[in-house]
Amino acid sequence: MQLINRSISNKADKNNHLVEKLALAATALLGAGAHSQDYVKDAADLASEWNIAASSLLYSEIDRVSAAEFIISGNKDFHDTGNFDFKIVLDTLTGSSPNGAIEQNTAQTFTRPSGGEEGEITIQQYTIGANTTPLDDAFQDLRVQSSFNWIDSFSEDYRYSMGGNFSKELDYTSVSANLGLEKDLFQKNTTLSIGFSGGSDSYEPTAGIPDPMQPMLFRRDFSSRSRFTRAFKATRGNLSGSISTSEVLLGWTQVVSRRMLTQFNLGISNSSGYLNDPFKVISLLNTQGAVQEYIYEGRPDQRTKKTFFALTKYHLEESVFDLSYRYMTDDWNIQSHTFDTHWLFFTDSGDFWQPHFRFYHQSAADFYTPFLVQGNPVPTYATSDYRVGEMDAVTLGLKYGMQLANNHRFEMRLEYYTQSPIKANQPTGIANLDGLDLYPKVNAIIFQMSYYL
Amino acid sequence: MKHRAIQGAFVVFRLTTILSFSFYISACANLGVEAWDRDLLAKPAMAINSAPLDQAIDDHIYFSKEASSGGKSFAGGGCGCN
Repeated sequence: MQLINRSISNKADKNNHLVEKLALAATALLGAGAHSQDYVKDAADLASEWNIAASSLLYSEIDRVSAAEFIISGNKDFHDTGNFDFKIVLDTLTGSSPNGAIEQNTAQTFTRPSGGEEGEITIQQYTIGANTTPLDDAFQDLRVQSSFNWIDSFSEDYRYSMGGNFSKELDYTSVSANLGLEKDLFQKNTTLSIGFSGGSDSYEPTAGIPDPMQPMLFRRDFSSRSRFTRAFKATRGNLSGSISTSEVLLGWTQVVSRRMLTQFNLGISNSSGYLNDPFKVISLLNTQGAVQEYIYEGRPDQRTKKTFFALTKYHLEESVFDLSYRYMTDDWNIQSHTFDTHWLFFTDSGDFWQPHFRFYHQSAADFYTPFLVQGNPVPTYATSDYRVGEMDAVTLGLKYGMQLANNHRFEMRLEYYTQSPIKANQPTGIANLDGLDLYPKVNAIIFQMSYYL
Repeated sequence: MKHRAIQGAFVVFRLTTILSFSFYISACANLGVEAWDRDLLAKPAMAINSAPLDQAIDDHIYFSKEASSGGKSFAGGGCGCN
């Protein structure tokens, strides 16, 4: 509240201006009562060079996880050519996530470690009803992420960039850095770029990470708690897993005409280390289709992805149309195609409407299987995580942007995202599983509000 | 004999690639506009990444829910996503 009476003529402390703008953006976005108007008005008068934006997001899957996210970002020009931008993200995740097992005609019981002190393992049980997709309802996470990027010119036609990213969840930490070089050609109508990125992630779930292809253990199968704890620890050889990533991205941006530009990118990335999801299991069925055990998934510890990306933007009389396509292929034998398009329509008042359509298709990883069957050879790698199975996904959305006084802008978008997993080549030698929904759809709502100062 | 044929094919392939690349680069020189014709291209809506906040949010959602990431920018990492 003290910000309202602050003298706007005092420009001595630019850092204070930045802090003020951050507070103003957040307050405006949250609509904190009548005073928010005063905040917004004062913000317009602040003579700071920082461009600040705040955004809040609600992502909610029907009957599954929900995430709430809040972002503050800003950028500022330095001398004639340099620009610094930063972003701070806070998000929370709650709700239910598929544990990888398939539904059954009978109720199913699962276990999950829920912490423990000084070597003690506390195990919780949860039960899923008959004909219901098994979801673990205990997911709760808090993530803080910060990133920055600096770009400047070497000379008239050369630019360099550098950036960093840090992200921390309750059980996951990620650090990465990137370097880039751009060159303009032909009166800046052509830009060629090359970028490098390297990162390191670490996973430290409660009670360590399960060894791949090991069974989920139940206390009822052991005569004493100490025997159970010993057996449990024997299936969790590591307390944490780490991942190293490196990536190269080549880009070509081309102005085609006064109304049209295009971009083409080629990317290659390599990840190595612990690439499993420690919370996912696979149902091991007998030949009658009844579950006998749950096996923790196991994925290869290397993945190389190659991407081709093409984008075109076209300025029509009163609108801007863009269309992009991405092809991805990797050595897990996943290929994907992504078509993404927006059409932004300006109104006379300076506002805009923007419909959005996205279509995505991916093929399944070599080692994807919805379940395993007793008696068949146990594969080296297997997962039933539908996110590496074959699927189609569609996003439909609409965004509305409102031009406010003082050159501020408010944007709101609502999108509907639906994933449709496709039936896989299932293991043979099993009785009929008809009547069970092994490939449930996922439907989500995305709602975002943003305020730009 | 077979080895020479393969070597020859590689030479032809390389020459074709170099010639094609030269052709595209020279074609680029004829594309584009003069500086005074950039009124529409200079609009924020025509920036390659005109909505970076939306882009960051979308990247995070699709990275969490699909097997693909990156392409437009670095794929990155950074979440134990459920």
